[in-house]
Amino acid sequence: MDLNLNPQETKFRDELRAWLQSNVPDDWERHRLSDSMEDRFQFLCAWQKRVYEAGWAGVAWPKEYGGRGASLMEQVIFTQEMAAAGAPPMANILGLALIGPTIVAFGTEAQKKRYLANILSGEEIWCQGFSEPNAGSDLAGLRTEALLDGDHFVVNGQKVWNSYGWAADWCALVTRSDPASQKHKGLTYLLVDMKSPGVEVRPLRQLTGESEFTELFFRDVRVPAENVLGAVGDGWNVALGTLAHERATLGVSAQIAMRRQLDRLVELSREMCRNGHRASEDPLVRQKLAQSYVENEVLRLNQMRAVSKIIQTGAPGPEGSILKIGWSEANQRFQATAQEILGPYAQLTEGSDLAIDNGAWSYSYLRARGNTIEAGTSEIQRNIIGQHVLGLPKSY
Amino acid sequence: MHFGLSETQQAIKNSARQFLAAECPMPQVRRLMETETAFDTALWSKFAEQGWTGIIFPEKYDGFGLGMVEMAAALEEMGRALVPGPFISTVLLAGTLLDHAGNEEQKRKYLSAICRGEARSTLALLEQSASWDLDAVQLEGKGLPKGGSLPDGGYQLNGEKLFVSDAGIADFLLVAARIEGELAVLIVPGNAPGLEKMATPGMDLTRRLYRVSFTNVVASPESLLGRGERARQALEAALEVSCLGLVAEMVGGLQSLVDLTVAYAKTRKQFGRPIGTFQAVQHQCADMLALLEGSRSALYYAAWTLSENDPAARTAISVAKAYASEAYRDAGNKSIQVQGGMGFTWENDAHLYYRRAKASEIAFGDATYHRERIAQSLIDRQPSKREASLAAD
Repeated sequence: MDLNLNPQETKFRDELRAWLQSNVPDDWERHRLSDSMEDRFQFLCAWQKRVYEAGWAGVAWPKEYGGRGASLMEQVIFTQEMAAAGAPPMANILGLALIGPTIVAFGTEAQKKRYLANILSGEEIWCQGFSEPNAGSDLAGLRTEALLDGDHFVVNGQKVWNSYGWAADWCALVTRSDPASQKHKGLTYLLVDMKSPGVEVRPLRQLTGESEFTELFFRDVRVPAENVLGAVGDGWNVALGTLAHERATLGVSAQIAMRRQLDRLVELSREMCRNGHRASEDPLVRQKLAQSYVENEVLRLNQMRAVSKIIQTGAPGPEGSILKIGWSEANQRFQATAQEILGPYAQLTEGSDLAIDNGAWSYSYLRARGNTIEAGTSEIQRNIIGQHVLGLPKSY
Repeated sequence: MHFGLSETQQAIKNSARQFLAAECPMPQVRRLMETETAFDTALWSKFAEQGWTGIIFPEKYDGFGLGMVEMAAALEEMGRALVPGPFISTVLLAGTLLDHAGNEEQKRKYLSAICRGEARSTLALLEQSASWDLDAVQLEGKGLPKGGSLPDGGYQLNGEKLFVSDAGIADFLLVAARIEGELAVLIVPGNAPGLEKMATPGMDLTRRLYRVSFTNVVASPESLLGRGERARQALEAALEVSCLGLVAEMVGGLQSLVDLTVAYAKTRKQFGRPIGTFQAVQHQCADMLALLEGSRSALYYAAWTLSENDPAARTAISVAKAYASEAYRDAGNKSIQVQGGMGFTWENDAHLYYRRAKASEIAFGDATYHRERIAQSLIDRQPSKREASLAAD
């Protein structure tokens, strides 16, 4: 056990902190709650460009492709410091967190040169095309077909739940290239230009009222064969790489975002009245705030342990697979706690002058509902733990 | 950064596991459980040979000089094996108190005896209020005049202590008392006249609780371990170290529950297939693993902060105890549920852990107690400028 940062990590953290102090925009909170989705996205693109130009994007990516060439630990420090400083997220979040690392792992030299730097600068925004209307939790049942025709694949099919599909220049698309194949075999991972003829993007309105997600339709879309990532027919392995990154990385920022909200909730509880005294003096409120803190700490520590395990051994340990269930369910409990402590005002949404923090709490309550579904449902995660970590027999 | 056991720490854990598998397997636990004190002198001597009885104390007093992480690693294995007896009472509670507040002579006499495995001890703290709060200590210690019953004066103790673990086999007890309104800790021989120890049978069959009454028990001036701030700090330190050790045991117990439940789910067949095939069973096992690993992360972080004298240690220990208290109980529930009727039998080991989980949840403060401690550091800090101005209005 040694949780101290080494001198290099300390130096990295201090430099980053200093940069963030003078560069984090102070009007992000306002843009976050009041901008249209498109305006907010433009704001985030400008922010990512600034981060990139200052040399902070792609901390652990190789230097030759525009990254910083630093350690995974420094990447984690970057995520922690960004969140702790209240910095806006990166616009190209899927490119940075999921697709970029997959290209680093599976891409050809030409692909790395072609795509990586533009992901870091935010010049090209990425979405991912994995789920389909009939292939959600059962992802291996996907049917979007990609048939080789000369030096192109011809893609036909439909994808769904594509975050940032409306903003994307490129799509990481998992297809079935062998029509006779079943399940995990015969899949191919393609990098698809969203401007290709035959690609149609339709917004998908979610229960928060926003349209973060889209549906994507592909009709005879021609994709050059050189855009295959990994080998033809090996798409499942490549996609698993992306999913592993998704599970390993989403948790860090989710945990810190929750912690920041908890600190704000503590502050609000000191200002609010409940049964004639401050809410923060009410024993039940204190118990609930402390329980949120306990759960948040356990998330933070599980995450640290998982990162440490990856650094020591190169692979996530069993604790890696419990992170997704951990942050998603803890966030839902936390949002329910916040609603309860803040009382009737907490239900009010953005635009009402009575809403607390301009409706941030009603939004985060609704948004959290999706947490146990996106990036693999809690049920699927528990199946994975049961069958792949504990070695219980397969149930399907 | 390395969040995990070093090679040496892992070696300590592995050797503890091997040693306990040989010396304290489940039949031995069940045998001791049926005895009056759940204590075995021969086993204790072997613990001493391993260096466990002096694990965290200076070599000067025959200790082993290891740190909190090493201690936690060893205790995890003891909890996994459900080791009966007075380890936490003697080594972590009494030992740490002596180490923190004892003078040279007291350490040489009492701490060394503990380290060498020659003496058993415990702390008599709780009273009728059953509160872990040190302000709740009432037991009266009256100063005796010189030339009275003792030539150099001393103290006379009157009152009653409850929930004193392993008092029945303690060669000496450390007693929290109040002398002229001031918190104090005294060393009282287990056979002192006026001292009476009555077993109060509890759920955990591997660890005995006692009611200890003091009727005009006389203690010499040399028996005073500390008074006032010195006594308070030593008691707080002993409670933190013991709480950490207890959480380590709880993590080990959780590990055992996961192991035995998963093994059962893989072999028990219903509807023609192993019950582990069913997601309703898989998901309970998955949740047990999450409870175990969360507790383990919280444990080793707390152990590390305490070993670094990090001010975050106090809250980190509370986080670990609050989380593990509910996790261990919950995992016990799930384990028995998954094992169905078999899980509800006396012969199945699950209930031994379920019982230990309940006793461990209560000891050194339950989740509610520790959440309030966390609330004090999370909420009751210096108010912000805005709050201060609101309060002024």
